[in-house]
Amino acid sequence: MPLTSTVATASETSIAELQRIASQVRRDIVRQVHGCQSGHPGGSLGCADFFTALYFNVLRHDPKNWDMDGRGQDLFFLSNGHISPVWYSVLARSGYFPVKELATFRKLNSRLQGHPTTHDGLPGVRMASGSLGQGLSVAIGAALAKKLNADDKLVFSLHGDGEMQEGQIWEAAMYAAANKVDNLISTVDYNGRQIDGDVDDVLPLWDLKAKWLAFGWDVLETNGNDMAALLGALAEAKHRTGRGKPVMILMRTEMGQGVDFMMNSHAWHGIAPNDEQLAKALSQLEETLGDY
Amino acid sequence: MSAYPILDQKDTRSGFGAGLLELGRNNPNVVGLCADLTGSLKMDAFQKEFPERFFQVGIAEANMMGIAAGLTIGGKIPFTGTFANFSTGRVYDQIRQSIAYAGKNVKICASHAGLTLGEDGATHQILEDIGLMRMLPGMTVIVPCDYNQTRQATIAIAAHEGPVYLRFGRPKWPVFIPNEMKFQIGKAQRLIEGSDVSIFACGHLVWRALIAAKELQKEGVNAEVINVHTIKPLDADAVLASVSKTECVVSCEEHNRYGGLGDTIAQLLATRLPTPQEYVAVNDSFGESGTPDQLLKKYGLDVPDIVAAAHRAIQRK
Repeated sequence: MPLTSTVATASETSIAELQRIASQVRRDIVRQVHGCQSGHPGGSLGCADFFTALYFNVLRHDPKNWDMDGRGQDLFFLSNGHISPVWYSVLARSGYFPVKELATFRKLNSRLQGHPTTHDGLPGVRMASGSLGQGLSVAIGAALAKKLNADDKLVFSLHGDGEMQEGQIWEAAMYAAANKVDNLISTVDYNGRQIDGDVDDVLPLWDLKAKWLAFGWDVLETNGNDMAALLGALAEAKHRTGRGKPVMILMRTEMGQGVDFMMNSHAWHGIAPNDEQLAKALSQLEETLGDY
Repeated sequence: MSAYPILDQKDTRSGFGAGLLELGRNNPNVVGLCADLTGSLKMDAFQKEFPERFFQVGIAEANMMGIAAGLTIGGKIPFTGTFANFSTGRVYDQIRQSIAYAGKNVKICASHAGLTLGEDGATHQILEDIGLMRMLPGMTVIVPCDYNQTRQATIAIAAHEGPVYLRFGRPKWPVFIPNEMKFQIGKAQRLIEGSDVSIFACGHLVWRALIAAKELQKEGVNAEVINVHTIKPLDADAVLASVSKTECVVSCEEHNRYGGLGDTIAQLLATRLPTPQEYVAVNDSFGESGTPDQLLKKYGLDVPDIVAAAHRAIQRK
């Protein structure tokens, strides 16, 4: 059953607009990583559509009035913190901080640390992440606080598929279902790749959907590089909150999506393009909102 | 010590439980989390009275630390409860990233610390936790000495913004801190004034230090006993003022000699006022099964050990 059949989805024009934003986000990603000659372009590019959909369509948030507690707003936690370039791009482009600050990524005295942190007061970031496996627990805690505060907004989190190898993920999975944390929508970036190679070769996840179902979650699947499908899945996930189960979206993506020579391999997980590669990458990504 | 009569015999963990219950009644933002040790941590009264603010996470300490960190986002003040070993070493990276580096207002409350846990043996007797926690930037580390002080400290840390490690223990122990003696984070307490040697102690060994001072007095040695309940931030003024007068130091802790109270004081003195110092601490070993008294004796943390250390320190002046 197509996910989009049960709920109203975004119009064709809004899908086109989100795709235009995602193109700029991808330019921001490769330019940030090139600028400091370090960082993680592969997973960032793969998740560009998800972040664009989330920050420009799904989240009920107020970037200009950001505070740590985020009462009355949807919250997002990035557990796989190494894909910070894509997050920084959508945070800046949606108004959390000046776009030109993206030029400071991974440089000395920057608020845009290699892995996201609250340490330097960057608006939009509520938790440090980078050491994997911790973000789901944090998202659960924030969701519990929302319930205690009678705050009806939602908590979102994103995780890598390689991150599913961390034991804490499954402690958190068990807790959230057992305690009916049903104001939580988590997503796994299911790109099948991690630093050392394919997930299936490093440590296979086997039937990931069956695992989450067995842990008591409501599970959706979608294509994370198809904006219409993604919007449909996120809308459906929101529709399924408040029903006694946490919601998981298994989101198939392609690492490096949008830059042909970065796709179909784990090679671009954590390396930066040189000048020539940057030019080639940018030639494949339309500048829609103006480079920083 | 006539100045500090034994008021009662109670476990410090019960002081934590009593403090937490009081907090629950006075501060609606205080929440409790426990990893399947609610009875051992004496959190059951809080759980019973405030079930909606209590989170049983099961045997999953890493998840507990993460949930606690998340609960602060929205203004809650989480108190986590489990044994000291599972509160620190087991979850060091979760504390480091999600609590300390992220600057979250989580109170890590740890019972059954040190040798006096007793018969469970070395797997549970952590002797490295003070060192682990004090190395984390921004972490406040508190080791109260009796039931009354543990209750006071529990209440005090709720009003302190930032992560705190609160360490206490299992056995019934003399209660001797009068309720009117105020607890203030970072303010050491001079329990006995003396001029010959400064004995700095924390936790269960404060009572041992008081007895040792009485023994020393019989021998004509006037020991100053200072309760350093806050290891970090250390009350440097109190330490330096005492040492300027006595010119030698004994540090006493239920912890490995590496990384704990003794090292904290030695680091201050090495840079500000180099002074002969003797350690009463576990000599870089793990513990074992036994009663608390047997273990303190075997591992050199008993009254005669403090007395002997004082004599050695005085001789080195």
